[in-house]
Amino acid sequence: MTAPILEVRGLATHFFTRAGIVKAVDGVDLAVARGRVLGLVGESGSGKSVTGFSLIGLVDAPGRIVAGSIRLDGRELVGLPPAALRALRGRRIAMVFQDPMMTLNPVLRVGTQMAMALDAHAHLPRAARRIRCRDALGRVGIPSPDERLAAYPHQLSGGMRQRVAIAMALLNEPDMVIADEPTTALDVSIQGQIVHEMQRLVADTGIALLWITHDLAVVSALADDIAVMYAGRIVERGPARDVLAEPRHPYTRGLLDSVPGEVPPGGRLPQIPGSTPALRELPPGCAFRGRCGRASAACTTMPELPAGERSVRCHHPL
Amino acid sequence: MLGFLINRLLQAAAVMAAMTVIVFVGVHAIGNPIDVLIPPDATQQIRADVIARYGLDRPLVEQYLAFVGNLVRGDFGRSFVFNVPVAELILSRLPATAELTLLAVLGASLLGIPLGIYAGYRPRSPVSRAIMGASILGFSVPTFWIGLILILTFAVELRWLPAGGRGPTAVLLGVPWSFTSGEGLAHLLLPALNLSLFKLALLIRLARAGTREAMLSDYVRFARAQGLSELTVIRGHVLKNIAIPIVTVFGLELGSTLAFAVVTETIFSWPGVGKLIIDSIRDLDRPVMVAYLVLVTFLFVVINLVVDLVYGALDPRLRPGAAG
Amino acid sequence: MTGGPLAAFWHDFRGNRVAVAALVVVLLLLAGALSAPWLAPQDPYDQVTLSLLDARRPPGFVGSGGYVHLLGTDPSGRDMLSAILYGLRISLQIGVFAGACALVAGTTIGLVAAFVGGRLEQAIMRVVDLQLSFPAILLALILVALLGQGRGQLIAALAAAQYAYFARTAHGAAAAERRKDYIEAVLATPLPAARVVFRHLLPNILPPLIVVATVQIANAIALEATLSFLGLGLPITEPSLGMLIANGFQHLMNGRYWISIYPGVALMVLVVAINLVGDQVRDQVNPRLRR
Repeated sequence: MTAPILEVRGLATHFFTRAGIVKAVDGVDLAVARGRVLGLVGESGSGKSVTGFSLIGLVDAPGRIVAGSIRLDGRELVGLPPAALRALRGRRIAMVFQDPMMTLNPVLRVGTQMAMALDAHAHLPRAARRIRCRDALGRVGIPSPDERLAAYPHQLSGGMRQRVAIAMALLNEPDMVIADEPTTALDVSIQGQIVHEMQRLVADTGIALLWITHDLAVVSALADDIAVMYAGRIVERGPARDVLAEPRHPYTRGLLDSVPGEVPPGGRLPQIPGSTPALRELPPGCAFRGRCGRASAACTTMPELPAGERSVRCHHPL
Repeated sequence: MLGFLINRLLQAAAVMAAMTVIVFVGVHAIGNPIDVLIPPDATQQIRADVIARYGLDRPLVEQYLAFVGNLVRGDFGRSFVFNVPVAELILSRLPATAELTLLAVLGASLLGIPLGIYAGYRPRSPVSRAIMGASILGFSVPTFWIGLILILTFAVELRWLPAGGRGPTAVLLGVPWSFTSGEGLAHLLLPALNLSLFKLALLIRLARAGTREAMLSDYVRFARAQGLSELTVIRGHVLKNIAIPIVTVFGLELGSTLAFAVVTETIFSWPGVGKLIIDSIRDLDRPVMVAYLVLVTFLFVVINLVVDLVYGALDPRLRPGAAG
Repeated sequence: MTGGPLAAFWHDFRGNRVAVAALVVVLLLLAGALSAPWLAPQDPYDQVTLSLLDARRPPGFVGSGGYVHLLGTDPSGRDMLSAILYGLRISLQIGVFAGACALVAGTTIGLVAAFVGGRLEQAIMRVVDLQLSFPAILLALILVALLGQGRGQLIAALAAAQYAYFARTAHGAAAAERRKDYIEAVLATPLPAARVVFRHLLPNILPPLIVVATVQIANAIALEATLSFLGLGLPITEPSLGMLIANGFQHLMNGRYWISIYPGVALMVLVVAINLVGDQVRDQVNPRLRR
């Protein structure tokens, strides 16, 4: 494996609310190399989206990064002044959001919004700007890009809008793209197209892609590596094939078992008992132990996540 | 689009027609203007003359039809008190009100929108809290009382500005104005400030709410994720989005500024249309009241119409053929 | 009362210190107005107690009555504190009465519109909307001009200028409730319609109406003061705060600020305090606005 373009160590992002400190992200390690796709998998509330926003330095108050390091191509991002971070955003590291209906400004033309994204990092003459925008739209498989540039977001379908958003993220040719559940809000058929498109883009451009999702089916089609997140921590990671074929953490096992299609028709779909714990009052030890069939007294101390490509944070791995 | 326009125009015409009836019948019920016009010791002959001259002896319906016919021709009759054509009277007072209202609205927008955007951008900062606290004052304290305080502070105590009157006027385009001279402007300042405060509070609240909503939206987050500077985010995204509600309310509020001008003009002895209407209500100067009400209604109908159209122009989602 | 919705409401309300302070101020002013005859050092409208020797005296002057005029005296030698307490009484009466009339009229109209539906509903609400775009002060001015002066006329004018806010609120809330299943279910039972409205609908649309009522009482007080200041409000025999301010206006220029300013301060404090309470209640009733 080549040297990673993005390397995250011990990242912790906490929210200081009136009701207490919410440790949404609490010691996350990640690494993504150029031309690779890392799938960050977890349920809602596991901290995977906050991880994504932490990486581009857009954590909303009252949250903030309290510890850890984020290195992009060797450069430390944590503690960087806001202006320096802004210059990196969109240029070196970009992000695609979950709901394409909400990510584009309804009262501005697509072309205007793309031009603003370009202008944030380079001053191009009008004609060159237009060509860049048109090419970007063409690259994500949007037909007749000139028309789309003049369109308002409401004139485009959801899938088309998400393609526009992806085109905007790629506009300044970043090294790294974070995609926060970009297909969740779309029809299944459109999902497939977008996943396919992303795969092609990664192969063509050599960008690194962090794909955040709760959907294991999507990850299995796309990701080279997988990191499974639970209650603000990575509980298991490794090459996608290995993790999917031989999950070692009981939580990953549970997730895989509850994907329909693994069970014969008419059979009962297994589910993980209980629900995600409230992050505000996490008891010490393994956060999953309350829902785990294998939990023991040992689980009241937090298991470590060993270094290495394939590892699991569990006292009693499968 | 054309159908919408015709529909709106018809509605506007209906409102105008209804208003003329209400105004006419209502004003007729106020009291007997003859008693005001004619001294109690006048002879029977003088009484009859005056009644005949103003057509007060004819049936109400006839008076109304004559009145509408005159309205259409732009003839609002003669003022009982000033004994000049009402149209002329109102027109002569209009510039004073126009410059007062426009300065007030302009000042309120130039100050209120940036303040509101700031308060929405940094909702937790002490400055924002102070802005919002002040806007509650501007919202709830009666205009006339603020006018009084302004006079007491700036005219009586500090002696910086005149307490009332219009000051010297200079003729521009055949109309006398105050804003063209330094002294005239000094006279204009306090009443304009008084009139603008309510609008200022309203615009602050509107701009704050709109900014707050936009700042929490995904599209602003997405814009930031692309590395747009905060200034570009506010200029390019927030401003464009809050423009829609602000223009709407603003248009509607233009009319209400005219209404509040009634109060402000009275306090500052500003010789505009507002002072005229108050005087005419006190003196039961019926033709002036009627003309004022009809004109104000007309203004409202026109403003409502324009706001409807501008709204469509500003929000692409409402444009014809905008189906997604 | 423990654990009821009112207790929960009070618990939230207590969290906003400004609103609590405003509520205390409102209650104090209310108490002052109610007990004016006992609290005021003088009956300001009993000619016998007035002496021109005491006229236009600044605050702190000890008059012929042998007591301190805390807020000075007016041109008739009237104790300003007493005049303000009595004026407060009149202003509050007008505001509450007008607000109540507007509440009843507006709610009825809004509910009727929501339940008859169809063209009548559209016509009613169109008129209401149109009136809402027309400034209340202008409307009140016109109505006072039309109806003439007097307490009843003034209340009618204020209520007519303000009912539309209640009508819009009641209609909006009722139309939303009406679409909900429980009302459909109740309507399907042979209960009389009136009972449905009062037992089931009213409790659900009450909170937004209370919010509007709070603000509208403050508005009615401010409107009345404005009209009285313009000389178009109550007759001279009933001097509300607005009239006190108007009477003192001419003396403002001569430096006798207290005749106008103190009634004005009372008016301002009252109106702002009611608005602050109303703001907090609105935020609690409509949590979407809280954030």
